[in-house]
Amino acid sequence: MEHVAVLPKMSRARAERETARRRALDKRMTAEAAVQMIKDGDHVAIGGTLYSRTPMALVFALLAQRRRHLTVSRPLACYEIELFASTGALDRIVSSWVGIGLPWGLPPIFRHYTERGEVAYDEWSHLAMGLRYKAGAMGVPFLPTLTMLGSDLAVRLDLQTVTCPYTGERLAAVPALNPDVALIHAHRADMFGNVQVDGYQHMDVDMARAARTVIVSAEQIVSPEQIAARPDQTMLPHFTVDAVVAAPHGAYPHECYGRYGPDLQHFDAYAAAAKEHGPAAGLRYVQENADPGFASFLAQAGPDRLAALAADAQELMPR
Amino acid sequence: MSDVTAEELMAITASRLLADHKVVFAGVGMPLLASGLARHRHAPHLTIVLEGGIIGTSLRPGKLPISTNEMRAAYGAQMLTDITDIFLYAQRGFFDYGFLGAAQVDMYGNINTSVIGTMEHPRVRLPGTGGANDIISLCNEVLIVTQHEPRRFVERVDFVTSPGYLSGGDSRVRAGLINGRLGAVVTDLALLDFEPASRRMRLCGLQPGVTVAQVREQTGFDLLLADDINELTPPSAEEIAEYRELRDGPVLETL
Repeated sequence: MEHVAVLPKMSRARAERETARRRALDKRMTAEAAVQMIKDGDHVAIGGTLYSRTPMALVFALLAQRRRHLTVSRPLACYEIELFASTGALDRIVSSWVGIGLPWGLPPIFRHYTERGEVAYDEWSHLAMGLRYKAGAMGVPFLPTLTMLGSDLAVRLDLQTVTCPYTGERLAAVPALNPDVALIHAHRADMFGNVQVDGYQHMDVDMARAARTVIVSAEQIVSPEQIAARPDQTMLPHFTVDAVVAAPHGAYPHECYGRYGPDLQHFDAYAAAAKEHGPAAGLRYVQENADPGFASFLAQAGPDRLAALAADAQELMPR
Repeated sequence: MSDVTAEELMAITASRLLADHKVVFAGVGMPLLASGLARHRHAPHLTIVLEGGIIGTSLRPGKLPISTNEMRAAYGAQMLTDITDIFLYAQRGFFDYGFLGAAQVDMYGNINTSVIGTMEHPRVRLPGTGGANDIISLCNEVLIVTQHEPRRFVERVDFVTSPGYLSGGDSRVRAGLINGRLGAVVTDLALLDFEPASRRMRLCGLQPGVTVAQVREQTGFDLLLADDINELTPPSAEEIAEYRELRDGPVLETL
Protein backbone atom coordinates (compact mmCIF):
# COMPACT_ATOMS: atom_id res chain seq x y z
CA MET A 1 0.00 0.00 0.00
CA GLU A 2 3.03 2.29 0.37
CA HIS A 3 2.98 3.44 -3.27
CA VAL A 4 -0.68 4.41 -2.94
CA ALA A 5 0.03 7.61 -1.00
CA VAL A 6 1.95 9.19 -3.90
CA LEU A 7 -0.75 8.55 -6.52
CA PRO A 8 -3.14 11.31 -7.70
CA LYS A 9 -6.43 11.34 -5.80
CA MET A 10 -8.51 9.27 -8.24
CA SER A 11 -5.87 6.63 -8.82
CA ARG A 12 -5.46 6.42 -5.07
CA ALA A 13 -9.17 5.69 -4.56
CA ARG A 14 -8.87 2.97 -7.19
CA ALA A 15 -5.70 1.47 -5.74
CA GLU A 16 -7.27 1.41 -2.27
CA ARG A 17 -10.26 -0.42 -3.72
CA GLU A 18 -8.05 -2.98 -5.48
CA THR A 19 -6.00 -3.71 -2.40
CA ALA A 20 -8.92 -3.77 0.03
CA ARG A 21 -11.07 -6.58 -1.31
CA ARG A 22 -13.93 -7.76 0.84
CA ARG A 23 -14.02 -11.48 1.41
CA ALA A 24 -17.26 -13.40 1.00
CA LEU A 25 -17.62 -14.04 4.72
CA ASP A 26 -20.36 -13.65 7.26
CA LYS A 27 -20.29 -9.88 7.86
CA ARG A 28 -23.00 -9.68 10.49
CA MET A 29 -22.19 -7.61 13.56
CA THR A 30 -23.80 -5.16 15.96
CA ALA A 31 -24.19 -1.46 15.10
CA GLU A 32 -21.80 -0.67 17.97
CA ALA A 33 -19.11 -2.94 16.50
CA ALA A 34 -19.67 -1.69 12.96
CA VAL A 35 -19.23 2.01 13.79
CA GLN A 36 -15.79 1.23 15.25
CA MET A 37 -14.68 1.35 11.60
CA ILE A 38 -15.29 5.11 11.70
CA LYS A 39 -12.41 7.26 12.94
CA ASP A 40 -12.08 10.88 14.03
CA GLY A 41 -11.76 13.12 10.97
CA ASP A 42 -13.55 10.71 8.63
CA HIS A 43 -16.00 11.70 5.91
CA VAL A 44 -19.23 9.81 6.63
CA ALA A 45 -21.92 9.67 3.93
CA ILE A 46 -25.42 8.98 5.23
CA GLY A 47 -27.77 7.10 2.93
CA GLY A 48 -31.41 7.77 2.21
CA THR A 49 -32.43 11.38 2.03
CA LEU A 50 -34.11 13.84 4.40
CA TYR A 51 -36.45 11.64 6.51
CA SER A 52 -36.56 8.66 4.17
CA ARG A 53 -34.64 5.43 4.82
CA THR A 54 -32.09 7.18 7.04
CA PRO A 55 -29.81 4.57 8.67
CA MET A 56 -30.87 5.83 12.09
CA ALA A 57 -29.73 2.79 14.13
CA LEU A 58 -26.22 3.26 12.69
CA VAL A 59 -26.36 7.06 13.07
CA PHE A 60 -27.36 6.72 16.73
CA ALA A 61 -24.54 4.21 17.37
CA LEU A 62 -22.07 6.64 15.79
CA LEU A 63 -23.45 9.60 17.77
CA ALA A 64 -22.93 7.62 20.99
CA GLN A 65 -19.22 7.28 20.12
CA ARG A 66 -18.69 11.09 20.19
CA ARG A 67 -16.25 11.06 17.30
CA ARG A 68 -14.58 14.39 16.47
CA HIS A 69 -13.95 16.40 13.30
CA LEU A 70 -16.33 14.44 11.07
CA THR A 71 -17.45 15.58 7.65
CA VAL A 72 -20.99 14.39 6.96
CA SER A 73 -22.42 14.28 3.43
CA ARG A 74 -26.01 13.59 2.40
CA PRO A 75 -28.24 14.54 -0.58
CA LEU A 76 -30.71 16.39 1.69
CA ALA A 77 -29.76 16.40 5.37
CA CYS A 78 -32.31 16.14 8.15
CA TYR A 79 -31.93 16.82 11.88
CA GLU A 80 -29.22 14.15 12.36
CA ILE A 81 -26.88 16.92 11.16
CA GLU A 82 -27.90 19.00 14.16
CA LEU A 83 -27.22 16.06 16.49
CA PHE A 84 -23.67 15.62 15.18
CA ALA A 85 -23.11 19.37 15.55
CA SER A 86 -24.59 19.53 19.08
CA THR A 87 -22.27 16.78 20.33
CA GLY A 88 -19.17 18.47 18.91
CA ALA A 89 -18.63 15.73 16.32
CA LEU A 90 -19.07 17.81 13.18
CA ASP A 91 -16.64 20.02 11.25
CA ARG A 92 -18.25 20.13 7.83
CA ILE A 93 -21.56 19.46 6.06
CA VAL A 94 -21.56 18.53 2.37
CA SER A 95 -25.17 18.65 1.13
CA SER A 96 -27.72 20.57 -0.91
CA TRP A 97 -30.25 21.27 1.86
CA VAL A 98 -30.53 21.03 5.65
CA GLY A 99 -33.77 20.95 7.65
CA ILE A 100 -36.74 18.68 8.35
CA GLY A 101 -39.31 20.30 6.08
CA LEU A 102 -41.42 23.42 5.58
CA PRO A 103 -43.77 22.85 8.58
CA TRP A 104 -40.84 22.79 11.03
CA GLY A 105 -39.27 26.07 9.87
CA LEU A 106 -35.58 26.92 9.69
CA PRO A 107 -33.36 24.50 11.63
CA PRO A 108 -32.10 26.49 14.65
CA ILE A 109 -29.11 24.35 15.64
CA PHE A 110 -27.86 24.26 12.06
CA ARG A 111 -28.18 28.05 12.01
CA HIS A 112 -26.34 28.36 15.34
CA TYR A 113 -23.24 26.53 14.12
CA THR A 114 -23.11 27.66 10.49
CA GLU A 115 -23.81 31.34 11.18
CA ARG A 116 -20.96 31.39 13.72
CA GLY A 117 -18.66 29.62 11.27
CA GLU A 118 -18.17 26.74 13.73
CA VAL A 119 -19.41 24.19 11.21
CA ALA A 120 -18.65 24.66 7.49
CA TYR A 121 -21.38 23.98 4.95
CA ASP A 122 -20.37 23.12 1.39
CA GLU A 123 -23.64 23.73 -0.43
CA TRP A 124 -23.82 21.86 -3.75
CA SER A 125 -26.91 21.50 -5.92
CA HIS A 126 -28.89 18.29 -5.48
CA LEU A 127 -27.81 16.94 -8.89
CA ALA A 128 -24.20 17.93 -8.20
CA MET A 129 -24.30 15.85 -4.99
CA GLY A 130 -25.57 12.91 -7.04
CA LEU A 131 -22.95 13.34 -9.74
CA ARG A 132 -20.18 13.68 -7.14
CA TYR A 133 -21.10 10.28 -5.67
CA LYS A 134 -21.60 8.88 -9.19
CA ALA A 135 -18.15 10.03 -10.34
CA GLY A 136 -16.72 8.40 -7.21
CA ALA A 137 -18.69 5.23 -7.97
CA MET A 138 -17.58 5.25 -11.63
CA GLY A 139 -13.89 5.59 -10.77
CA VAL A 140 -13.45 8.87 -12.68
CA PRO A 141 -12.26 12.20 -11.15
CA PHE A 142 -15.20 14.35 -12.29
CA LEU A 143 -18.39 14.36 -14.34
CA PRO A 144 -19.47 17.09 -16.78
CA THR A 145 -22.89 18.67 -16.32
CA LEU A 146 -24.94 21.72 -17.32
CA THR A 147 -26.11 22.59 -13.83
CA MET A 148 -24.67 25.00 -11.20
CA LEU A 149 -23.15 27.25 -13.89
CA GLY A 150 -23.45 31.01 -13.34
CA SER A 151 -24.49 30.64 -9.69
CA ASP A 152 -22.80 31.98 -6.56
CA LEU A 153 -22.75 28.36 -5.35
CA ALA A 154 -20.23 27.64 -8.12
CA VAL A 155 -18.16 30.71 -7.22
CA ARG A 156 -18.09 29.82 -3.54
CA LEU A 157 -17.05 26.21 -4.21
CA ASP A 158 -14.51 27.26 -6.85
CA LEU A 159 -16.30 24.92 -9.27
CA GLN A 160 -14.27 24.53 -12.45
CA THR A 161 -15.51 24.15 -16.00
CA VAL A 162 -14.32 21.87 -18.77
CA THR A 163 -14.50 22.29 -22.54
CA CYS A 164 -15.89 19.38 -24.55
CA PRO A 165 -13.05 18.09 -26.76
CA TYR A 166 -15.56 17.21 -29.52
CA THR A 167 -17.92 20.19 -29.66
CA GLY A 168 -16.13 22.96 -27.79
CA GLU A 169 -19.09 23.43 -25.41
CA ARG A 170 -18.37 24.45 -21.84
CA LEU A 171 -19.66 22.37 -18.93
CA ALA A 172 -19.33 22.36 -15.17
CA ALA A 173 -16.84 19.73 -13.92
CA VAL A 174 -18.25 18.28 -10.72
CA PRO A 175 -15.50 16.58 -8.67
CA ALA A 176 -15.79 12.96 -7.47
CA LEU A 177 -16.69 12.34 -3.84
CA ASN A 178 -15.24 9.20 -2.24
CA PRO A 179 -16.48 9.11 1.38
CA ASP A 180 -14.43 7.20 3.94
CA VAL A 181 -17.58 5.43 5.14
CA ALA A 182 -21.13 5.10 3.83
CA LEU A 183 -24.00 4.18 6.16
CA ILE A 184 -26.96 2.61 4.32
CA HIS A 185 -30.28 1.29 5.57
CA ALA A 186 -31.99 -1.36 3.44
CA HIS A 187 -35.03 -3.59 3.52
CA ARG A 188 -33.17 -6.90 3.22
CA ALA A 189 -29.59 -8.18 3.26
CA ASP A 190 -27.97 -11.58 3.55
CA MET A 191 -25.01 -12.21 5.84
CA PHE A 192 -22.54 -11.65 2.99
CA GLY A 193 -23.88 -8.17 2.27
CA ASN A 194 -26.07 -8.68 -0.78
CA VAL A 195 -28.51 -5.81 -0.29
CA GLN A 196 -32.08 -5.30 -1.51
CA VAL A 197 -34.24 -2.21 -1.29
CA ASP A 198 -37.92 -1.59 -2.12
CA GLY A 199 -39.12 1.70 -3.57
CA TYR A 200 -36.91 4.64 -4.45
CA GLN A 201 -33.15 4.26 -4.07
CA HIS A 202 -32.18 7.88 -3.33
CA MET A 203 -28.40 8.07 -4.02
CA ASP A 204 -27.50 4.97 -2.04
CA VAL A 205 -25.99 2.86 -4.83
CA ASP A 206 -23.51 5.48 -6.00
CA MET A 207 -22.76 6.59 -2.45
CA ALA A 208 -21.91 3.03 -1.39
CA ARG A 209 -19.85 2.23 -4.47
CA ALA A 210 -17.89 5.46 -4.03
CA ALA A 211 -17.12 4.87 -0.35
CA ARG A 212 -14.05 3.10 1.03
CA THR A 213 -16.03 1.33 3.76
CA VAL A 214 -19.74 0.44 3.62
CA ILE A 215 -21.91 -0.40 6.61
CA VAL A 216 -25.41 -1.66 5.84
CA SER A 217 -28.25 -2.05 8.31
CA ALA A 218 -31.31 -4.00 7.23
CA GLU A 219 -34.90 -4.42 8.37
CA GLN A 220 -34.45 -8.15 7.80
CA ILE A 221 -31.49 -10.48 7.44
CA VAL A 222 -32.52 -13.06 4.87
CA SER A 223 -30.90 -16.20 3.46
CA PRO A 224 -28.71 -16.05 0.32
CA GLU A 225 -31.45 -18.14 -1.35
CA GLN A 226 -34.03 -15.45 -0.65
CA ILE A 227 -31.74 -12.88 -2.27
CA ALA A 228 -31.19 -15.14 -5.28
CA ALA A 229 -34.95 -15.63 -5.63
CA ARG A 230 -35.24 -11.93 -6.63
CA PRO A 231 -31.83 -10.93 -8.04
CA ASP A 232 -33.39 -7.97 -9.88
CA GLN A 233 -34.11 -6.38 -6.49
CA THR A 234 -30.47 -6.47 -5.41
CA MET A 235 -29.08 -2.93 -5.17
CA LEU A 236 -25.56 -3.73 -3.92
CA PRO A 237 -23.59 -6.96 -4.34
CA HIS A 238 -21.69 -8.48 -1.39
CA PHE A 239 -18.25 -7.30 -2.54
CA THR A 240 -19.27 -3.67 -2.03
CA VAL A 241 -20.21 -4.18 1.63
CA ASP A 242 -18.06 -4.45 4.79
CA ALA A 243 -20.59 -4.91 7.58
CA VAL A 244 -24.20 -6.09 7.89
CA VAL A 245 -26.27 -5.03 10.89
CA ALA A 246 -29.72 -6.43 11.70
CA ALA A 247 -31.89 -3.40 12.48
CA PRO A 248 -35.67 -3.82 12.37
CA HIS A 249 -37.21 -0.33 12.43
CA GLY A 250 -33.65 0.84 11.81
CA ALA A 251 -34.78 4.06 10.09
CA TYR A 252 -37.24 5.07 12.82
CA PRO A 253 -38.37 7.87 13.44
CA HIS A 254 -37.78 8.38 9.71
CA GLU A 255 -39.72 6.36 7.13
CA CYS A 256 -38.83 3.12 5.40
CA TYR A 257 -40.70 2.60 2.11
CA GLY A 258 -43.52 0.09 2.47
CA ARG A 259 -42.58 -0.71 6.09
CA TYR A 260 -43.40 2.35 8.16
CA GLY A 261 -44.13 6.05 7.76
CA PRO A 262 -42.28 8.93 9.45
CA ASP A 263 -43.09 9.80 13.07
CA LEU A 264 -44.10 13.42 12.52
CA GLN A 265 -44.98 13.94 16.20
CA HIS A 266 -41.44 12.97 17.15
CA PHE A 267 -40.19 15.64 14.71
CA ASP A 268 -42.58 18.19 16.28
CA ALA A 269 -41.20 17.52 19.76
CA TYR A 270 -37.60 17.66 18.56
CA ALA A 271 -38.14 20.88 16.58
CA ALA A 272 -39.88 22.59 19.51
CA ALA A 273 -37.02 21.69 21.88
CA ALA A 274 -34.38 22.78 19.34
CA LYS A 275 -36.15 26.09 18.86
CA GLU A 276 -36.31 26.75 22.59
CA HIS A 277 -32.94 25.44 23.76
CA GLY A 278 -30.68 25.32 20.67
CA PRO A 279 -27.62 23.04 20.79
CA ALA A 280 -28.38 22.03 24.41
CA ALA A 281 -31.56 20.35 23.10
CA GLY A 282 -29.53 18.48 20.48
CA LEU A 283 -27.12 17.21 23.10
CA ARG A 284 -29.95 16.20 25.43
CA TYR A 285 -31.69 14.38 22.58
CA VAL A 286 -28.55 12.33 21.95
CA GLN A 287 -28.09 11.58 25.64
CA GLU A 288 -31.69 10.48 26.05
CA ASN A 289 -32.22 8.67 22.76
CA ALA A 290 -28.92 7.60 21.20
CA ASP A 291 -26.64 6.88 24.16
CA PRO A 292 -28.86 4.20 25.80
CA GLY A 293 -28.90 2.21 22.52
CA PHE A 294 -31.35 1.83 19.67
CA ALA A 295 -33.36 -1.01 21.27
CA SER A 296 -34.18 1.24 24.20
CA PHE A 297 -35.11 4.08 21.82
CA LEU A 298 -37.58 1.79 20.00
CA ALA A 299 -38.96 0.56 23.33
CA GLN A 300 -39.59 4.19 24.32
CA ALA A 301 -41.58 4.72 21.14
CA GLY A 302 -43.55 1.59 22.03
CA PRO A 303 -45.17 -1.14 19.93
CA ASP A 304 -48.44 0.75 19.42
CA ARG A 305 -46.70 3.75 17.87
CA LEU A 306 -44.60 1.51 15.61
CA ALA A 307 -47.70 -0.44 14.56
CA ALA A 308 -49.55 2.76 13.69
CA LEU A 309 -46.62 3.94 11.53
CA ALA A 310 -46.55 0.56 9.79
CA ALA A 311 -50.26 0.93 9.04
CA ASP A 312 -49.61 4.42 7.58
CA ALA A 313 -47.10 2.91 5.17
CA GLN A 314 -49.39 0.04 4.20
CA GLU A 315 -52.13 2.47 3.28
CA LEU A 316 -49.84 4.13 0.72
CA MET A 317 -48.62 0.96 -1.00
CA PRO A 318 -49.70 0.07 -4.53
CA ARG A 319 -52.31 -2.67 -4.59
CA MET B 1 -64.24 35.61 -4.13
CA SER B 2 -63.50 37.96 -1.25
CA ASP B 3 -62.49 35.09 1.03
CA VAL B 4 -59.81 33.72 -1.31
CA THR B 5 -56.41 33.74 0.36
CA ALA B 6 -53.20 34.94 -1.29
CA GLU B 7 -51.97 31.34 -1.39
CA GLU B 8 -55.13 30.14 -3.13
CA LEU B 9 -55.02 32.97 -5.64
CA MET B 10 -51.40 32.23 -6.56
CA ALA B 11 -51.87 28.48 -6.83
CA ILE B 12 -55.01 28.80 -8.98
CA THR B 13 -53.35 31.37 -11.28
CA ALA B 14 -50.27 29.14 -11.61
CA SER B 15 -52.34 26.01 -12.29
CA ARG B 16 -53.83 27.64 -15.39
CA LEU B 17 -50.37 28.02 -16.93
CA LEU B 18 -49.78 24.25 -17.05
CA ALA B 19 -50.89 22.63 -20.31
CA ASP B 20 -52.17 19.09 -20.77
CA HIS B 21 -49.78 16.28 -21.85
CA LYS B 22 -46.78 18.10 -20.41
CA VAL B 23 -44.35 17.06 -17.69
CA VAL B 24 -43.91 19.29 -14.63
CA PHE B 25 -41.04 19.02 -12.13
CA ALA B 26 -42.69 20.34 -8.96
CA GLY B 27 -41.52 21.09 -5.45
CA VAL B 28 -43.68 20.50 -2.38
CA GLY B 29 -46.14 23.14 -1.20
CA MET B 30 -47.72 25.51 -3.67
CA PRO B 31 -46.05 24.18 -6.86
CA LEU B 32 -47.35 20.69 -6.09
CA LEU B 33 -50.83 21.93 -5.23
CA ALA B 34 -51.01 24.00 -8.42
CA SER B 35 -49.86 21.00 -10.48
CA GLY B 36 -52.42 18.76 -8.78
CA LEU B 37 -55.18 21.27 -9.44
CA ALA B 38 -54.25 21.47 -13.13
CA ARG B 39 -54.51 17.67 -13.34
CA HIS B 40 -57.93 17.73 -11.71
CA ARG B 41 -59.18 20.35 -14.15
CA HIS B 42 -57.86 21.12 -17.63
CA ALA B 43 -54.71 18.97 -17.75
CA PRO B 44 -55.59 15.36 -16.78
CA HIS B 45 -52.52 14.06 -18.68
CA LEU B 46 -50.07 16.37 -16.92
CA THR B 47 -47.31 14.20 -15.44
CA ILE B 48 -46.00 15.35 -12.06
CA VAL B 49 -42.38 14.51 -11.30
CA LEU B 50 -40.79 14.91 -7.85
CA GLU B 51 -37.09 14.94 -7.09
CA GLY B 52 -37.19 11.94 -4.76
CA GLY B 53 -37.13 9.82 -7.90
CA ILE B 54 -40.88 9.80 -8.38
CA ILE B 55 -42.58 9.98 -11.78
CA GLY B 56 -46.33 10.34 -12.27
CA THR B 57 -47.50 10.77 -8.70
CA SER B 58 -51.24 11.00 -7.97
CA LEU B 59 -52.07 13.24 -5.08
CA ARG B 60 -54.48 12.09 -2.42
CA PRO B 61 -56.67 15.03 -1.39
CA GLY B 62 -55.76 16.18 2.11
CA LYS B 63 -52.75 13.84 2.29
CA LEU B 64 -50.13 15.75 0.37
CA PRO B 65 -46.46 15.01 0.97
CA ILE B 66 -44.35 17.34 3.11
CA SER B 67 -41.16 16.18 1.42
CA THR B 68 -40.57 15.19 -2.22
CA ASN B 69 -38.83 12.05 -0.96
CA GLU B 70 -41.48 10.24 1.02
CA MET B 71 -44.18 7.63 0.53
CA ARG B 72 -47.00 10.15 0.20
CA ALA B 73 -45.06 11.68 -2.71
CA ALA B 74 -44.83 8.24 -4.31
CA TYR B 75 -48.55 7.46 -4.00
CA GLY B 76 -49.90 6.04 -7.25
CA ALA B 77 -46.62 6.72 -9.10
CA GLN B 78 -45.86 5.18 -12.48
CA MET B 79 -42.15 4.87 -11.82
CA LEU B 80 -39.70 5.08 -8.95
CA THR B 81 -36.05 5.72 -9.72
CA ASP B 82 -33.19 7.42 -7.91
CA ILE B 83 -32.65 11.13 -7.30
CA THR B 84 -29.71 11.66 -9.66
CA ASP B 85 -31.64 9.93 -12.43
CA ILE B 86 -34.57 12.32 -12.09
CA PHE B 87 -32.32 15.33 -12.60
CA LEU B 88 -30.69 13.66 -15.60
CA TYR B 89 -34.13 13.42 -17.24
CA ALA B 90 -34.29 17.20 -16.75
CA GLN B 91 -30.82 17.66 -18.26
CA ARG B 92 -31.91 15.60 -21.28
CA GLY B 93 -34.86 17.97 -21.83
CA PHE B 94 -37.82 15.78 -20.83
CA PHE B 95 -39.32 18.20 -18.31
CA ASP B 96 -41.48 20.93 -19.83
CA TYR B 97 -41.90 22.92 -16.65
CA GLY B 98 -39.85 23.47 -13.55
CA PHE B 99 -41.83 24.97 -10.72
CA LEU B 100 -40.17 26.93 -7.90
CA GLY B 101 -40.94 29.11 -4.91
CA ALA B 102 -38.53 31.87 -3.86
CA ALA B 103 -37.41 33.44 -0.56
CA GLN B 104 -35.82 36.26 -2.58
CA VAL B 105 -36.04 36.95 -6.32
CA ASP B 106 -34.53 39.83 -8.30
CA MET B 107 -35.35 41.72 -11.51
CA TYR B 108 -33.60 39.07 -13.63
CA GLY B 109 -35.29 36.12 -11.93
CA ASN B 110 -32.27 35.08 -9.89
CA ILE B 111 -33.36 33.27 -6.73
CA ASN B 112 -31.71 33.18 -3.31
CA THR B 113 -32.44 30.34 -0.88
CA SER B 114 -28.97 30.22 0.69
CA VAL B 115 -28.28 33.22 2.90
CA ILE B 116 -29.70 36.54 4.07
CA GLY B 117 -26.68 38.83 4.39
CA THR B 118 -23.34 37.54 3.15
CA MET B 119 -21.76 34.12 3.46
CA GLU B 120 -18.95 35.71 5.50
CA HIS B 121 -21.41 37.46 7.82
CA PRO B 122 -24.75 35.69 7.46
CA ARG B 123 -27.78 37.19 9.15
CA VAL B 124 -29.68 33.98 8.41
CA ARG B 125 -28.13 30.84 6.96
CA LEU B 126 -30.97 29.28 4.96
CA PRO B 127 -31.28 25.51 4.32
CA GLY B 128 -29.90 25.74 0.77
CA THR B 129 -30.74 25.04 -2.84
CA GLY B 130 -31.94 21.46 -2.74
CA GLY B 131 -32.91 20.85 -6.36
CA ALA B 132 -33.83 24.47 -7.16
CA ASN B 133 -30.52 25.31 -8.83
CA ASP B 134 -30.85 22.22 -11.05
CA ILE B 135 -34.50 22.86 -11.86
CA ILE B 136 -33.86 26.43 -13.04
CA SER B 137 -30.74 25.33 -14.95
CA LEU B 138 -32.21 22.30 -16.68
CA CYS B 139 -36.01 22.38 -17.12
CA ASN B 140 -37.38 23.71 -20.41
CA GLU B 141 -39.49 26.49 -18.89
CA VAL B 142 -39.38 27.67 -15.30
CA LEU B 143 -42.33 29.08 -13.39
CA ILE B 144 -41.80 30.96 -10.15
CA VAL B 145 -44.60 31.36 -7.64
CA THR B 146 -44.19 33.58 -4.59
CA GLN B 147 -45.92 36.19 -2.48
CA HIS B 148 -45.48 39.75 -3.75
CA GLU B 149 -43.69 41.84 -1.14
CA PRO B 150 -40.69 44.22 -1.25
CA ARG B 151 -38.48 42.01 0.93
CA ARG B 152 -38.88 39.18 -1.58
CA PHE B 153 -38.73 41.23 -4.81
CA VAL B 154 -35.30 42.82 -4.44
CA GLU B 155 -33.06 44.68 -6.89
CA ARG B 156 -30.18 42.22 -6.40
CA VAL B 157 -30.42 38.98 -4.44
CA ASP B 158 -27.87 38.60 -1.63
CA PHE B 159 -26.66 35.35 -3.19
CA VAL B 160 -27.48 33.69 -6.52
CA THR B 161 -28.48 30.19 -5.43
CA SER B 162 -30.52 29.54 -8.57
CA PRO B 163 -29.54 31.51 -11.66
CA GLY B 164 -32.27 33.21 -13.65
CA TYR B 165 -31.13 35.60 -16.36
CA LEU B 166 -28.12 36.61 -14.18
CA SER B 167 -27.35 40.24 -15.19
CA GLY B 168 -29.78 40.26 -18.11
CA GLY B 169 -29.33 40.23 -21.88
CA ASP B 170 -27.49 37.08 -22.94
CA SER B 171 -25.56 36.69 -19.68
CA ARG B 172 -27.35 33.41 -18.81
CA VAL B 173 -26.25 31.73 -22.02
CA ARG B 174 -22.76 33.20 -21.75
CA ALA B 175 -22.43 31.59 -18.32
CA GLY B 176 -22.97 28.23 -20.03
CA LEU B 177 -26.65 27.84 -19.13
CA ILE B 178 -27.72 26.86 -22.61
CA ASN B 179 -30.87 25.06 -21.44
CA GLY B 180 -34.14 26.42 -20.15
CA ARG B 181 -35.84 29.75 -19.99
CA LEU B 182 -37.79 31.61 -17.35
CA GLY B 183 -41.48 31.77 -18.18
CA ALA B 184 -43.84 33.39 -15.73
CA VAL B 185 -43.67 34.74 -12.21
CA VAL B 186 -46.99 34.28 -10.43
CA THR B 187 -47.81 36.32 -7.33
CA ASP B 188 -50.85 37.25 -5.28
CA LEU B 189 -50.85 40.63 -7.05
CA ALA B 190 -49.76 39.92 -10.58
CA LEU B 191 -48.54 37.80 -13.45
CA LEU B 192 -45.11 38.77 -14.74
CA ASP B 193 -42.68 37.63 -17.41
CA PHE B 194 -39.22 38.63 -18.66
CA GLU B 195 -38.80 41.15 -21.48
CA PRO B 196 -37.03 39.25 -24.31
CA ALA B 197 -34.10 41.64 -24.93
CA SER B 198 -33.15 42.97 -21.49
CA ARG B 199 -34.51 39.88 -19.66
CA ARG B 200 -35.87 42.18 -16.98
CA MET B 201 -39.03 41.33 -15.10
CA ARG B 202 -42.15 42.77 -16.72
CA LEU B 203 -45.68 43.19 -15.47
CA CYS B 204 -48.20 41.65 -17.84
CA GLY B 205 -51.30 40.85 -15.78
CA LEU B 206 -53.02 42.04 -12.62
CA GLN B 207 -54.94 39.97 -10.11
CA PRO B 208 -58.56 41.17 -9.84
CA GLY B 209 -58.85 44.60 -8.23
CA VAL B 210 -55.08 45.22 -8.06
CA THR B 211 -53.56 48.36 -9.64
CA VAL B 212 -50.19 48.88 -11.34
CA ALA B 213 -49.28 51.32 -8.56
CA GLN B 214 -49.93 48.67 -5.91
CA VAL B 215 -47.68 46.17 -7.68
CA ARG B 216 -44.91 48.78 -8.03
CA GLU B 217 -45.20 49.60 -4.36
CA GLN B 218 -44.64 45.98 -3.43
CA THR B 219 -41.67 45.53 -5.78
CA GLY B 220 -38.18 46.51 -4.64
CA PHE B 221 -36.98 47.42 -8.15
CA ASP B 222 -38.15 49.27 -11.23
CA LEU B 223 -40.63 47.02 -13.02
CA LEU B 224 -41.06 47.05 -16.81
CA LEU B 225 -44.66 47.27 -18.04
CA ALA B 226 -46.04 45.23 -20.93
CA ASP B 227 -47.90 47.17 -23.64
CA ASP B 228 -51.10 45.43 -22.79
CA ILE B 229 -51.69 44.71 -19.11
CA ASN B 230 -54.78 42.56 -18.60
CA GLU B 231 -56.81 41.85 -15.53
CA LEU B 232 -56.56 38.12 -14.76
CA THR B 233 -59.74 36.06 -14.64
CA PRO B 234 -60.79 35.67 -11.01
CA PRO B 235 -60.73 32.15 -9.54
CA SER B 236 -64.03 30.39 -10.15
CA ALA B 237 -66.04 28.84 -7.34
CA GLU B 238 -65.15 25.39 -8.76
CA GLU B 239 -61.43 26.14 -8.83
CA ILE B 240 -61.51 27.33 -5.25
CA ALA B 241 -63.51 24.31 -4.08
CA GLU B 242 -61.27 21.84 -5.90
CA TYR B 243 -58.14 23.52 -4.63
CA ARG B 244 -59.35 23.39 -1.03
CA GLU B 245 -60.37 19.77 -1.34
CA LEU B 246 -56.93 18.87 -2.69
CA ARG B 247 -55.21 20.71 0.14
CA ASP B 248 -57.51 19.81 3.03
CA GLY B 249 -59.29 16.65 1.95
CA PRO B 250 -62.92 16.02 1.03
CA VAL B 251 -65.47 18.24 2.73
CA LEU B 252 -67.61 16.14 5.04
CA GLU B 253 -71.33 16.59 4.53
CA THR B 254 -72.98 17.57 7.80
CA LEU B 255 -76.64 16.76 8.19
